[in-house]
Order: sequence, then structure tokens, then C-alpha cells
Amino acid sequence: MASLRQDRRINASVETVWGIVRRPESIADWFPGIVSCTVEGSHRLVTTTAGMDSAEEIMTVDPLLHRFVYRVTSEPFRFHLGIIDVIEIAPLDTLCVYSTTAEPDVFALLISGGTAGALEEIKRRAEALERKLHG
Amino acid sequence: MGRKILFITTDQQRYDTVGANGGTLSRTPVLDRLAAEGIRYERCQPTSVVCMPSRASMLTGQFPSTHGAWMNGVALAVDAPSVAESLKDAGYATALIGKAHFEPFMDVFGRYAENSLASLGIPTIEQPWFGGRRGVHRGFDHLEFATHGVMGPLHYARWIAANHPEAARGFYPVIDQDFNVNAAGGGDTGAPQVKFNDVAREWYHTDWVAERTTAWLDAQASDADWFCWMSFPDPHHPWDPPKSELSRVPWREVPLPEGYPRSAAEREAILDDKARHWRAWYDGRVVSNYEAPAKWVPATLTEDQVREVNAYNAVEVELIDEAIGRVLKAIERRGWSDEVDVIFTTDHGEFQGDYGLLFKGPYHVDSLMRLPLIWRPAPVSSPVPSVVSAPVSLVSLAATFLSVAGHPAPSWLEGGALPVDDDDASLRAFDSTATEWDSALFGVDVHLRTVVTSRHLYTEYRPGAMHDGSEGELYDLELDPLQRVNRFADPAYRTVRAELAERLVDHERRPGERAAPGVLTAPV
Repeated sequence: MASLRQDRRINASVETVWGIVRRPESIADWFPGIVSCTVEGSHRLVTTTAGMDSAEEIMTVDPLLHRFVYRVTSEPFRFHLGIIDVIEIAPLDTLCVYSTTAEPDVFALLISGGTAGALEEIKRRAEALERKLHG
Repeated sequence: MGRKILFITTDQQRYDTVGANGGTLSRTPVLDRLAAEGIRYERCQPTSVVCMPSRASMLTGQFPSTHGAWMNGVALAVDAPSVAESLKDAGYATALIGKAHFEPFMDVFGRYAENSLASLGIPTIEQPWFGGRRGVHRGFDHLEFATHGVMGPLHYARWIAANHPEAARGFYPVIDQDFNVNAAGGGDTGAPQVKFNDVAREWYHTDWVAERTTAWLDAQASDADWFCWMSFPDPHHPWDPPKSELSRVPWREVPLPEGYPRSAAEREAILDDKARHWRAWYDGRVVSNYEAPAKWVPATLTEDQVREVNAYNAVEVELIDEAIGRVLKAIERRGWSDEVDVIFTTDHGEFQGDYGLLFKGPYHVDSLMRLPLIWRPAPVSSPVPSVVSAPVSLVSLAATFLSVAGHPAPSWLEGGALPVDDDDASLRAFDSTATEWDSALFGVDVHLRTVVTSRHLYTEYRPGAMHDGSEGELYDLELDPLQRVNRFADPAYRTVRAELAERLVDHERRPGERAAPGVLTAPV
């Protein structure tokens, strides 16, 4: 089992950042390399550019904690837990933390590598939205 | 019209596998002839002992701590300097055929161009999506990729799948079901990463790389200036050359290498004299890096396994030598022989039984750091054959290519053009080289800085998960060519150690802009 973490400080409000990540179906918009996503109830199916399908279960979408938790349920994962925490530092200063725990270990690294790109895109979108809102 | 450049690399090849360097196991008449006609380097060092940082140094002419691809799994930035781009600016047609590995190979999100170019077809400058100055990618007009085996999305794997799908079964599965480097044994001895491969020789990636290189050369105009990087994936593990060729080097007749201590007690004493992660890996307590099979314990390596691995490695080296010979014949047919500079080297070495180990990792000794390097300048330049004993580095390759092309050296280069003889080396102060290692994988980080002179090899371990920053290794290459006696704490070497430490400080303080360290996104 390996557990890895990526994070980004974002010049946007916690609600702006949370607004981007909270909808399960939005992942294809901000996770580079995920090209499609369908959601039925708490089940999500994503497909990557490389053609890998991944079945997922959405476990927590907590608007108070600003925490999104999901797990991949399909092979080759024996275990996976993905957590996105959006934490307010100051009114326009937010920390977004994307944690990946997985087995086999290598998959934690592969997914975590992807989450680094996802955080970049979340940051880009949130800061663009903030600029639009506040000029 | 300038001089054309054929840059040949292999992967994970030791200095002593080439006949011209004293190797006796494999026959390398083509390389030996190039060495006799040109310049043979006796002490060429990599900037890193793993593929991605080392290859990025060849392309950028920079050390890993400058170009930012600091370990396998960290992509070289797409806008990093590229000698291919500079050569393109100088009017050269540019190609890379074979193994690139500037970007991670494991790429589930399909983010890297190396992995997606094959699905777009073989790119050429005629294709409409050809984007201008930087070529298709990193300054190359033409890219066709191969790696070890037949997995993944690269051109060679797709070619095998499309044309010889039945042959795919013959290759060793490099990665196991957990996506770790496979520890499964094969062959006659159960050695890791060994397999009898039924693939026809002409379908094996060595011949494919040579054939595709020839095809690209044949497509060039007679008066074109070109730079072709022909990059063989072998003799890197897996050791699964075509079975039809194994009789070239019967493994049972292979002598044990000089660097292999036959008794376990001797091996363990030698390892205990080095920094602690050596013995920890040997005993199977720690695997600090991805490049060796996670489930393989070096202490289990047998003498026969060493013989079999080295035999198949030698077969792979012979196949490469013959493939190079065929490409040189193709160049001769085009009437270019007098105009082509040929430079041959590899990215790093391999233990092949030294100290009772296989593969590679954060271990800075000659097994992994002393590389074959041969430069046969174009005969039109009237080269004088020589042997350079001064230490040189792969970081000098980019400057050498640009010098051959008559192109001014860009300010981002950290290495000067290779010396042509020892007098030239002395005049231009080629007296030491630096090699770096940084890795951070699943909670274990390891950091080494090494300097090599003609006489000494000195390593400092920076603080990390396994070292507190006080450890080091110092070897006297003249008295201890196998690097078995660590003189780091020897009072008789105090002055030497201080002088070498100062050279490392100079390396750390070298001028120039450093790229931000890249993000680790994959194990390899």
C-alpha cells in the first residue's frame, strides 16, 4: 500500500475551488487525461486518454468540510482511496490537497502523477473564475 | 554542406563489453574498427546512472539538477533546451529512432508525446501537423520509438502487434501484474529478467531500429546535412535476445566477472564497507529505487545466473554491433562515408554480477558509471586516432555535435565539446566529471553527488531516508580498480578527500540557470 499527496495554493476563495471539484461528473473537465465520465447515483465510470476504464464509487461529497472522497473499484486496483480536501487559508487563498492511497503501490504513483496535473487545472480555472468575478 | 552525424546509443551497457575496451565475451568488430579509426575514451561518465536523467543530459547538454528531470519518472520539460533543435536551426534534418525516454513510459493518462506519437502514425515533416521550428517534438523532424519488449504504445510494439503478433509471446514481460519490474526467473538458471525468446532475429528490436534508421537515411537527399540518433534499447534487461542467437556465447563457458566475489562472506564484507543501502538492498531489506525488481533479493543470485545473464548480454551486444555495421554499409552505399561523424555510447552501466548484484540503482561505481564512448570523426576532417584517458562526461555530447556542425555553442550548455586527445583534455581542463543521483519513492529518498578524476572516485551521501549526510565513499582507481576498499574514512586520504569535496562544491555552485525540478508522475 502506498499513499501519496499533491497540493496547490490557489488564489481563489474556498467556495470557488470547491465549486469546481464538488460535482462528480465534472472530473473530465479538470483532470488532464480523463476524456469521458458518466455518473449514475454514486457510481462513476471514467475513461483515460490511454483507453483505461475505471469504475469508481463516490463515497463522500461534504460541502461543510469541502471534502470529496472516492474509490476506484475496478482492477487492477486491489485498493484505492482518493481524497480532495479544499481548505481555506484566507478569503482569496485556498489550499487544495489531493491524496491518493492505492495498492499495488505503483498505481498510487501513476494516479498521483495525474492529480498533479489536475491540481494545476483546478488552480487555473479557479483563478480565472475569481478574476472574472472581481475584475 | 556540413558533416553528418550518426549518434548511436545503447541502454545500460558496460565499458568492458566492447572489444576495443578489453572486453572478451562479445565480438564487436564494428565498434572496434570505429575506435581504431577515431577516438576511444577510457573514462566516460554519465550524469546519472538511470535512463531518463542521463538521456535528458545527452539532449540538453546539462546536468540533471539543471535540466530538472532528476529521476526516472520525471519528464524533461517540453521546452527544455534540445541539441536537436539547435541542429535543426543549423539546417540539419533530425531524427531519433529507437529508445528516447525523455518522458515517462508508464502513462495511464496519455499525457506524454512520446507515448502518443505512434498512434498518430510515423511523423514526418510532410505531415500537416508538423509544427515548425521545434520539429515534431524536441527538435526532431522524425521520431520512431522502441523500448524493451513489446508492451505499450510505441512504434515497435505496434509494428509487432500488426505484423507478427505471434512473436509478442516470446518476449519477457518486463513488468509484473503489480506494475513492478518483474522478478520472475527464466532461462536455464532461473535468473531474473531472463527468457528464451522465439522471436525471429529480423523482428527483434535491435534489427528493427537499424532497419528503420536505414529507411530514414535512404529518404534523405544526397546533399542533406543530417543528425540521426539511433538508439538501441539493448543490452538493458530483460535479457531475452532471439533464441536462435544464443549459441554465440554458451553461458556455461562464460567466466565469472572479475568484479564478482565468489564467497558470500567476501561479498558481504565488501558491501558492509560501503554506505548502508548497499547491504540493505543485497539482503532484500530495502529497494530504494524502481529500476531493480522489487521482489528480487540480490543475495539469492547464483554463479550460474551471473554466467547466463552475462552470456545473453553479450549476445545482445553482438547483435547491436552487427546492426551498426549494416547501417554503416547503408551510409557507404549513399557515398557518405567520408562525411559522417559516428559517436557511440550508452546512458549508464549495469552490475552484471559485480559485488553479487544485478541491475542498477544509487550505487556510484565503475560498473554503472564507466561507459563506452567512441567518436569516429568524419574522415573528411582528417582525424588522428587517439585514446583519451582523461575523464569526460556525457554532458559534453551536445556541445560536440554542435561543434561538428560548426554551430555556435548556446549559453545553456554545461559541457564543452569532447577533447580529441589527452593534450586537448589537459589544455581545456578536462580533469573531473560529476554524477548526480536523487530519488524519492514511497517514503525513501536517496541523494548522491559524485566526482571522478583520473585517479579517484568520490561520493558524498546527502541526508535522506537512509543516510544522515555523514556517509561517503572514496576509491583509489589506480590501486583499487574494482572499488572494493572504501577510503572515505582513511586518514591517509584526508587531503585527497578534501580536494574532491571541493570539486563537488564547485559543481554545486556552477553558474547558470536551473530549471525547476520536475514532478514525479510515474515510476519510469
